[in-house]
Amino acid sequence: MRAADAFIKALEKEGVKHIFGIPGGAIIEVYDALWDSDISHVLTRHEQAAVHAADGYARASGKVGVAFATSGPGATNTVTGIVNAYMDSSPVVVFTGQVPRSLIGFDAFQEADITGITMPATKHNYLVTDPESLTDVVKEAFYIASTGRPGPVLIDLPKDVTMVDVEFNYSKKVSLMGYNPRIAGHPKQIKKAAELIMKSERPVIIAGGGVILSNASKELVKLAETIPAFVVTTLMGKGSIPETHHLSLGFIGMHGTKYGNYTVTESDLVIAIGCRFSDRTTGKVASFAPYAKIIHIDIDAAEIGKNVRVDVPIVGSAKQILPKLTSIIEYKKRKEWGDRVTGWRKAYPLKYKNDDGKLRPQYVIEKIYELMPDAIVTTEVGQNQMWAAQYFRTSYPRQFISSGGLGTMGFGFPAAMGAQVAFPDRTVVDIAGDGSFQMNIQELATCVDYRIPVKICVLNNMFLGMVRQWQELFYDERYSATCLRCKEMSFEKIAEGFGGVGMTVEKVSEVEDALKEAFKIDDVPVVIDFRVERLENVYPMVPAGAALNEIIDEEV
Amino acid sequence: MSRYTIAVLVENKPGVLARVSSLFRRRGFNIESLAVGTTEREDISRMTIVVSGNEKIMEQVMKQLNKLIDVIKISDVTVNSVERELVMVKVATNSANRGEIAEIANIFRARIVDVAKESMIIEITGDEEKINAFVNLMRQFGIKELVKTGKISMTRGGKMVQL
Ligand SMILES: Cc1ncc(C[n+]2csc(CCOP(=O)(O)OP(=O)(O)O)c2C)c(N)n1
Repeated sequence: MRAADAFIKALEKEGVKHIFGIPGGAIIEVYDALWDSDISHVLTRHEQAAVHAADGYARASGKVGVAFATSGPGATNTVTGIVNAYMDSSPVVVFTGQVPRSLIGFDAFQEADITGITMPATKHNYLVTDPESLTDVVKEAFYIASTGRPGPVLIDLPKDVTMVDVEFNYSKKVSLMGYNPRIAGHPKQIKKAAELIMKSERPVIIAGGGVILSNASKELVKLAETIPAFVVTTLMGKGSIPETHHLSLGFIGMHGTKYGNYTVTESDLVIAIGCRFSDRTTGKVASFAPYAKIIHIDIDAAEIGKNVRVDVPIVGSAKQILPKLTSIIEYKKRKEWGDRVTGWRKAYPLKYKNDDGKLRPQYVIEKIYELMPDAIVTTEVGQNQMWAAQYFRTSYPRQFISSGGLGTMGFGFPAAMGAQVAFPDRTVVDIAGDGSFQMNIQELATCVDYRIPVKICVLNNMFLGMVRQWQELFYDERYSATCLRCKEMSFEKIAEGFGGVGMTVEKVSEVEDALKEAFKIDDVPVVIDFRVERLENVYPMVPAGAALNEIIDEEV
Repeated sequence: MSRYTIAVLVENKPGVLARVSSLFRRRGFNIESLAVGTTEREDISRMTIVVSGNEKIMEQVMKQLNKLIDVIKISDVTVNSVERELVMVKVATNSANRGEIAEIANIFRARIVDVAKESMIIEITGDEEKINAFVNLMRQFGIKELVKTGKISMTRGGKMVQL
């Protein structure tokens, strides 16, 4: 069998249903083999978008996302997508074409050293030099990408490797000498954690993306209710507990809720689950949870002790560890703590000015939430992302999809596309900024082509808003290179030009109708251009380098 | 800052050295010396890496290395092990000092492996202290060239670095 055919057959064996990509000379054999397969391929308009789409697909569905690109520029275009997936531990497998083996190293046409380039940004990568090993490599790649702490894997396929004849025998098991993810959690450590929990008077749980990745949301809620402990999440952890749950305090960090940040700061025990204590989450590390002992549960041992001191480390999967922990603790009433937190929650709600009839981005998001609370929501990066995180109350895992670690503008739209491919019958909304949307706007063509009815809600402030906000607050309003002067530009017409639906909304009174109309459309992408208050800022805010409780708010 | 010696067993595959060194570079860890070669098993290579850092850095070095798929096992062999390095020094010589140099080499159990009119190559193995002492003595004659293999290390007694 031709190696390219064996390769596609291997993907079928792995259960791959969708691939996002763009062909080219070096990967043409693979595309030829794909012609005979039932796997459906979405031809994106840029390889970066292909990887983001595969990533969004993976985050929404929990399955491995797959992307194809050709050698050279096709491969290098995937890099941002790969780093993005790496930072957020998303299981994505990227296959790139490569020049024939005999030409590697000779700067051949469209040769790029993509395995070298992506070495520090993949969980693992391969350059396949032995055609007979090709299908084994596929098996390994899917195994590595989806187990332990998930992450992207890249496989580089020299053209001649895909052309030769090979035997197809697909192995069932992968055995790798250097890779055996630990998942159970050490019983002694779990017991120690239980003791700390029982002693604690002011516990709080920080739930990160790891809870979602290990599908441990139910287990998390059970633990929180049993202790009982309030739960804050990181940006990546949004959805691990319904934000309507009485123990949920939203997300913490630079633009997190005030009450969440105060709760962590005043707690005497932090139970961190599947989070990596990023600087955006912790604020100034030296002042992070100063009175607390810290229990850190994570499948990646290297995360433990990396950023903050840890008293009880537990290495393993949240899914396995949380039930064990829950089973050896007892409910203990902590009224005083409960009252204090409730007091903060009442005193410092999220708020914005909404009594002057002006169209504000926060209002748009509240309306999206009100009309379509079950929608899958992706975000771009910047103010739009933070407002989405604040005002869209996530109610289930994998509902909220955002570029956390890398903060990639242009992620949200293709990620929404991927999520929509995974769930054709659900409503998928990309909450976008005008700057970010333009970074992958070409994917409107893909969405029209494949009838992917993503709703893109552009909070159009005609600024690179988040950067402008920093310039306003910390650089004397010197708006250097942040004004996107495009009053004349019409997202409505652009959407129509691509064959989608476009709308422009300028008044508060039009928001609801526009959204309702958009949510009815189920065959083409819809872009709603919300002309929002240009100078609106995201609050509350922890200034860079300040402690979590030094969070500032705006007078409303 | 202290120095640590770690033994890393890796799969003998192309690119492994690049993965390890790329990790050190990306995370800002300092490699002082690195030696690599095959082991008793031909599919496994062993790296001996000398790293400078503190305890916290070392913990991260070990944990991050462990995450590399091709890395099979990492052991800290800083204490209680036999350490060796092989060094070749090309020393400037003349007819007057050749005898003295040979005598010093002899005391250090170093071997003269090449003799030319104006120089000779001396090979010496040993731990760092011995090698430094020897090299320092050679300086007075003029060192023209010096090459080290990097340190290798093996724990004493029954303890072993193996799978
Ligand atoms: C690819 C990329 N380039 C630059 C940045 C830096 N950056 C962070 S937020 C931001 C502004 C985003 O503007 P926009 O998408 O309009 O969103 P807004 O903040 O206005 O909601 C920029 C430029 C980034 N995060 N990603």
